[in-house]
Amino acid sequence: MDAMAAGKHAHSRHVAIHLDAVSVTYDGKPVLTDVTLDISGGLRLAVLGPNGAGKSTLFKAIVGLLPLSSGHILIHGDPPRQREKHIAYVPQQGDVDRRFPVTVRDVVMMGRYGRIGWLRRPGRDDRRAVDEAMQRLDIARLAGAPIDELSGGQLQRAFLARALAQDADILLLDEPFTGVDATTESAIYEVLDDLKARRMTVLVATHDLDKAMSHFDDLLLVNRTVIACGCAEDVFRPEILRRAFGSRVTLMPTGERVMAATDEHYSQ
Amino acid sequence: MLDFLLDPLAYSFMQRALLASVLVGGLCAIVGCYVVLRGMAFLGDALAHAVLPGIAIAFLLGGDLLAAALATAILVALGMGYLGRGGRLREDAAIGVIFSGAFALGVALISSAPSYQTDLTHILFGDVLGVTDRDLLLLIGFGIAVLVVVMALYKELLAFTFDPTFASSIKLPVGKLRYLLMVVLAVTVVVSLRTVGVGLVAAMLVTPAAAASMLTRRLSRMMVVSALMGVSSSAVGIYVSYYGDLSAGASIVLTCTVLFLFALVLSPRDGLLARLRPERRSG
Repeated sequence: MDAMAAGKHAHSRHVAIHLDAVSVTYDGKPVLTDVTLDISGGLRLAVLGPNGAGKSTLFKAIVGLLPLSSGHILIHGDPPRQREKHIAYVPQQGDVDRRFPVTVRDVVMMGRYGRIGWLRRPGRDDRRAVDEAMQRLDIARLAGAPIDELSGGQLQRAFLARALAQDADILLLDEPFTGVDATTESAIYEVLDDLKARRMTVLVATHDLDKAMSHFDDLLLVNRTVIACGCAEDVFRPEILRRAFGSRVTLMPTGERVMAATDEHYSQ
Repeated sequence: MLDFLLDPLAYSFMQRALLASVLVGGLCAIVGCYVVLRGMAFLGDALAHAVLPGIAIAFLLGGDLLAAALATAILVALGMGYLGRGGRLREDAAIGVIFSGAFALGVALISSAPSYQTDLTHILFGDVLGVTDRDLLLLIGFGIAVLVVVMALYKELLAFTFDPTFASSIKLPVGKLRYLLMVVLAVTVVVSLRTVGVGLVAAMLVTPAAAASMLTRRLSRMMVVSALMGVSSSAVGIYVSYYGDLSAGASIVLTCTVLFLFALVLSPRDGLLARLRPERRSG
């Protein structure tokens, strides 16, 4: 499998994210080693791998939250620092205090902070972007609600709205479907379809191999490094999946296709 | 009634005491919102205790108490901020070690002075009746500086306090904001020491903000409510102390605690009364 194959359906397209021999160590231990990858603009990519495979680390490296121990990353051909406003990132849920005194509107407005700049208050454009983002995720009626009144799914939609309000063209979602209801899941997929039409580059870390197969252009299989990258037919082969998931993967041949299920989403 | 309120103000030291406590009450209550939301209550208490050796040295050598306290506090705050990052030791353990050691050093230094008893009492529990015009000016100056910082950086501090990972993803200088908050906390603690003392400043930081957090659901409103509580309990506390002949710092903190208890009972969200209502229980 060629790690450079992501987005091969569209050879001529512009490369949104370029990783060249990227390694990341955390507490002295290697988490990602030698990741080389080109992700085309407008591609919708599912990032798959077992827990601890380095999916979150990969995202954090792309966002610039973790220093690289070697290699480099380019965003639209430039060093990430010059392209800060192009990436929006929704971290894994969990480290946010649900009792924090903010409303949904406050949370979504935070997406504008990078654009508003220091010592300024949100203007009309910012408020419009926030309203629009909330409408797209169907949480406009919750605008004034404090976040401790929200369900897990509604909060996740607020975080996604915050990312949309950033007006970025690359979106990274880390496990957005963990602990959310079916309504939220379909709301998120609807937004992803909409973003696809707007040519936004979207990376989603997920455990759900079934959904990954049907809802994404390409799949990226990660376990400490890139195991495989490409379309579902190329990636979902028994020998490749075993390299990523080990014995934790159960393979059920159904006709031509290989269905795959891991115990990952049951162990959440 | 008016006489009741005006009588104590016949003394200029009482005017200064009232003004100083009200300012300290408001300032601590606003900074306290970040203290409560970021879980820095222990840190605020620790900072207040850790400045003792600085104060003691200035006291023994005849230096400026406030400047010495400020320098010590900022040094300790930055040191604790640094220790908390490494992850070699749990942050609260690191803070506990530093602050009790520093506090013991301060007590040891002061105990070498002949007027040990009263000095220590004033430092520990405040000496609001001894507030000078210079103390007041410094309090006003630093108070304005802290308020300007907190208001100017409202949205950055909000994002950083609420979701640090997101804040760094939009390239807010999270590390610097963290240190800034420590310095703001250090300054607030030090300018409040004269009024409420080392032992009670944590209550001024935490109690109004904790009460406000139960009554409000937006940071801006929480700050306003917290400030109102801090200011009013300081004013009421001064009168309680005057007419009851009680320690001023203790009276202020007790008034504040009573307000907190009211909030605890009356809070629409998690108050004891709200919990008794059957329709809330089923929801």
